[in-house]
Amino acid sequence: MRNRVAIIGVGMCKFGELWEQNLKDFTLEAGMYAIFDAGVPGSDIDGMVIGNMSAGRFTGQEHLGAFAVDMGGLGDIPAYSVEAACASGGAAVRQAYMAIKSGEHKVMLVLGSEKMSDVNQTEAMNTISVASDWEWEGMFGATFPALYAFMARRHMYEYGTTEEHLAMPTVKNHANAAHNPWAQFQSPVPIDVVMKSGLLADPLRVLHSAPVTDGAAGLVMCSEDLAKKYSDTPVFIEASDQSSDTLALHDRKSITTMNAVVSSTRYALKEANLELKDINVFELHDSFSIGEIILTEDVGIAKKGEGGKALEEGITEIGGKFPVNPSGGLKARGHPVGATGVAQIVELALQLRGDAEKRQVDGAEKALAVNIGGTGATSIVHILGR
Amino acid sequence: MAEQGVASVWRRIKAIYTIQGNMCKTCGSYYFPPRPVCPECRRKGKLELYTFKGLGTIYSYTVVRQAPEDFKRQMPYVIAQVELDEGTRLTAQIVNVDIENVEIGMRVRACFRKIKEFGQGGIIAYGYKFEPTMKVTGHKEKSSPKQKEP
Repeated sequence: MRNRVAIIGVGMCKFGELWEQNLKDFTLEAGMYAIFDAGVPGSDIDGMVIGNMSAGRFTGQEHLGAFAVDMGGLGDIPAYSVEAACASGGAAVRQAYMAIKSGEHKVMLVLGSEKMSDVNQTEAMNTISVASDWEWEGMFGATFPALYAFMARRHMYEYGTTEEHLAMPTVKNHANAAHNPWAQFQSPVPIDVVMKSGLLADPLRVLHSAPVTDGAAGLVMCSEDLAKKYSDTPVFIEASDQSSDTLALHDRKSITTMNAVVSSTRYALKEANLELKDINVFELHDSFSIGEIILTEDVGIAKKGEGGKALEEGITEIGGKFPVNPSGGLKARGHPVGATGVAQIVELALQLRGDAEKRQVDGAEKALAVNIGGTGATSIVHILGR
Repeated sequence: MAEQGVASVWRRIKAIYTIQGNMCKTCGSYYFPPRPVCPECRRKGKLELYTFKGLGTIYSYTVVRQAPEDFKRQMPYVIAQVELDEGTRLTAQIVNVDIENVEIGMRVRACFRKIKEFGQGGIIAYGYKFEPTMKVTGHKEKSSPKQKEP
């Protein structure tokens, strides 16, 4: 029997603009929460990885591995941060997965964290923009929302996706987040408010976009044979896969599909020996609402071009056939870039344990997360199972 | 911003001023910006410098209404992915056009403009933007002329 990697503890801080907390405060909160949830003595943890995109620009602090181990009182264990733009969190989970799988580590703490609100909105946007090709996109005036607007415009042109469709992920995800005590925005938003919100880059509006968020999430992971010692409700990582694509959006043959998502999802399903219909709940990277529409298609929930229609039909709502972003997604849970990939796994682990309370997808057995870096240049897919 | 743009713009000046990229003699693919390796052929590739004709078609576009400090004075501005006639795409501003007239499929040609200032004390970067060919020739080009081998 293959020795899988188990998730035995999950934790998060409340996401939001956390004026009273610095990077250290809430990263520690999420990590401690995960360790207490796992019931693991700190001395059993033999390694740590932290996902973070740009603490150096956001807060002036780098070297987050040592930073977090020191603040958490975890002794002299090896620790480092990993960066893959908005997929940094997913990359951290995958690093720990591989470290445990290889036998090098036994019990690891995985963190994802970002403090974004200590710089102004413009600087926050500039920092996010370097996830694309700065020299050939950013320098010519293409902001990050502009690049996703290229995708949205082209999707509308090729498939007849409408402005209503673009607003639907926001409405659904806010409704879900109303039941998520960790979410940044816990109030529903009606579709006409979304459609009348200010334009960032036509046709994308403020309420199509994930917010600026501070926050952290944490996991404790170990090998399957150890999991039973610590936890009655371990969740297993059935597959961890990652693909890359061109850094610049203009170098892709198509900008209405993310090839890295298509291939990493395919590899993951194969590795887990599952088909898409076996997956009961999804967390898909909705940094912009068009992202959720494209990902709904690229993972195979909807045919190419019919992501908007899937939303219209309610397939991706909680209670639908393929619930997407029960947590509220990046839009409503919030998007502290380095934390997002870890927060997705926290949500799916809660869903599989049956601990997701009012946003619970009944009887969820298998779950899939897609974490994107940049405009799809990195895609990290994890499949979890009970 | 290190050196406030001086070196980072200067070392790319051929590409930014003249739309110089490269073309792979092995597979016939065109690349802009220039690449160090042909991703199709890798070690079998034979990349040569190629200056693009500067004619193309709008592939997708948007109007930027929230921009970084260096672009605030230009807002709102149109930015697009332009598909060059040689078959590769780049990202550039569309100028000399009314926002409501921009559409996918519009024929455009390169023009030389100021791109941005690197902050208050930094250099002013110049380079390519695109404008509708119709503004220059007075009539709409029906379709892109077939590209000949150089």
